[in-house]
Amino acid sequence: MTAPLETASKPSAVQHLGAIALAPVRLVMGLIDRPLRALQRMTGLSGMAIFFLAPNMLIFGIFVLLPLFINFVYSTTGGSALFLPERSYVGADQYQRLFDCSNYLDPLTCQEDAFWTAVSNTFWFVVLQVTLMIGAALVTALILNRNLAARSFWRAVFFFPVLLSPVVVGLIWRWILQRQGLLNFILYPFGVDPYTWLTDRTWSFAAAVGVSLWAHMGFYALILLAGLQAIPKDLYEAADMDGTKPARVFWRITLPLLMPNLVVVIVLALIRSVQVFDEVYILTGGGPGTSTLFITQYIYETGFVSQPRNPGLAAAASILMGLVLVVLTLVQLGLGRRGEKKGKR
Amino acid sequence: MGRAAAFILRRRGGKGWHWTDIVTWVWLIGGLFIMFGPALWLMFSSFKTPAALAEFPPSILPYTSQQVSVEGHDKPLTLYDVTLPDGTTKKLAEVRRIGLFSQMVDPAKPDETIRVNINSRKPVQELSFATENYTGPFVHFDFFRYLWNSVFVTVMATLITLIVNSMAAFALSKYEFRGRSVAMLIILATLMVPLSVIMVPLYSIISALGLFNNLWGVILPTVATPTGVFILRQYMLTIPDELIDAARMDKASEWQIYWRIVLPLTAPALAVLAIFSVVWRWNDFLWPLIVLSRKELYTLQVGLSIYSGELNVQWHFILAMTVVTMIPVVLVFIFLQRFITTGIAGTGLK
Repeated sequence: MTAPLETASKPSAVQHLGAIALAPVRLVMGLIDRPLRALQRMTGLSGMAIFFLAPNMLIFGIFVLLPLFINFVYSTTGGSALFLPERSYVGADQYQRLFDCSNYLDPLTCQEDAFWTAVSNTFWFVVLQVTLMIGAALVTALILNRNLAARSFWRAVFFFPVLLSPVVVGLIWRWILQRQGLLNFILYPFGVDPYTWLTDRTWSFAAAVGVSLWAHMGFYALILLAGLQAIPKDLYEAADMDGTKPARVFWRITLPLLMPNLVVVIVLALIRSVQVFDEVYILTGGGPGTSTLFITQYIYETGFVSQPRNPGLAAAASILMGLVLVVLTLVQLGLGRRGEKKGKR
Repeated sequence: MGRAAAFILRRRGGKGWHWTDIVTWVWLIGGLFIMFGPALWLMFSSFKTPAALAEFPPSILPYTSQQVSVEGHDKPLTLYDVTLPDGTTKKLAEVRRIGLFSQMVDPAKPDETIRVNINSRKPVQELSFATENYTGPFVHFDFFRYLWNSVFVTVMATLITLIVNSMAAFALSKYEFRGRSVAMLIILATLMVPLSVIMVPLYSIISALGLFNNLWGVILPTVATPTGVFILRQYMLTIPDELIDAARMDKASEWQIYWRIVLPLTAPALAVLAIFSVVWRWNDFLWPLIVLSRKELYTLQVGLSIYSGELNVQWHFILAMTVVTMIPVVLVFIFLQRFITTGIAGTGLK
């Protein structure tokens, strides 16, 4: 072993414990070294590079790339069998079934009315949630960027729900929105009768938007805050010296310089929002009726829950959703490029 | 109090209050209640008995009616504060209720029964924590199994994530080889492939590998995260190549360079990735829900969702289990939140 570094203080108990815990790892790593030296002699440096990359690429290939490709094959097959060899080729039938509508603006006229209901629900969810999300995140970031006492505490406050699991988030709010829940308790003194919010179509949709807003807003506020803090302070000082009005400072300095971050945040929020599932599924289960049924839940239920299940249809729907995500990602990359060029100029 | 208020309300440079200051504090204080309130409400509720949970309006703290055992009665009786016709109040125990009246006894004199109008009595409440909500799930739901499954998945997935991703990041940052840019491109392109898009085929692959209803079927698809490779690669790029060349001079093997030199130097980035990975895997829901259909394999999240989806939800147990599920994440929040926030702010990844 190499000589330990000279340190003034004695190693602490934690470091001792750490050394003991790491001892088996050291042993294993040391034992692996011998065969790997032989490998290195045979294949050289580039061989070792492949060796280091291989496990990641293997897992990646099997569990991400391969599914990505065979998803297209799945979407052209029919039946309820799971494995591809047992499935029959049906061409574009699944897509035709998804698009079989007499009036695209009315989901109920479609053969797969659940899919179009999910699409329409998701559309309105995305529009509402992303708009409110960006607004709330921007306000939060602007406020956190002010000269506050205990700023890191306040930042943590808004960040707290981001770490919670979707199941926990869903259950927390189901508990609050039930009949004997906190919301009714708060509204009770104002003369509002106890109400089961989640059995109402409009309110449960509003709850889905509100809860996902609550759960994710802190994440976007954090990215925007980082963007705000990167804006050079001297710009503000110059504006202050010129006696510029705060509103003008916001529109002329803050917003233009925050634009790259804002674009990233908007597209990220869009991408996430299109895939909404977990917390809403726990909160409302897609109901009442189909009022909070979203695309991911449609894919999940078509592919895994409904009897008989229809993996082909689910695959076709997931490819359509994937296309939307690809377009959004390309938009983000394109806007990012433009932003970079502008920045360089 | 006055001085504290003056301290809080003090403005830099002694300037007056601007409307933006008011908005700021309304937003912050409101945020404090809205962000922490729901979780705290859940926590307080989790200590209530099923009877207290069904009450409206609910109390904030867990109260239960006090019970006393009275001579001559087998079961403990509920204690009430009773206003007697002569205006005095007394603590009496209820024997039975008949219509609008209730028969009560004084615990001190168990022989006399007193007829009382039910409107003139109020149950004596005491603060009591229904800890059986927490012990019950271990008996009724095999809660320990779910807890263990969650811990197993989280720990294993995180360890493998760290090893596999750091190896890949090492290869991509410290070697020149054919196909490096292709590998980078593949990882970049799949950064945005969400589970919901590849759910169906991934499920068939897991089944074909015999990993359906197997915890490894939950672990393996998650471990090669592009995010991890990115965070680690960015960090490893800052390690000077001279260090590696010097080690090669001293006849260190490439493997030794990886785990004795590069890995220890990457420790801060590894810590960030480890924290992220623990939170991700602990919170995973949809994929475990698909892969695990046998009860004894459920993770906490899956178990919670299944039991909360039943027709007759046993909320007192669900609430307690939710609190336990929250604990690791709350610990991460309290002690390691700084790592995560700087991680997100630096990379924009979650």
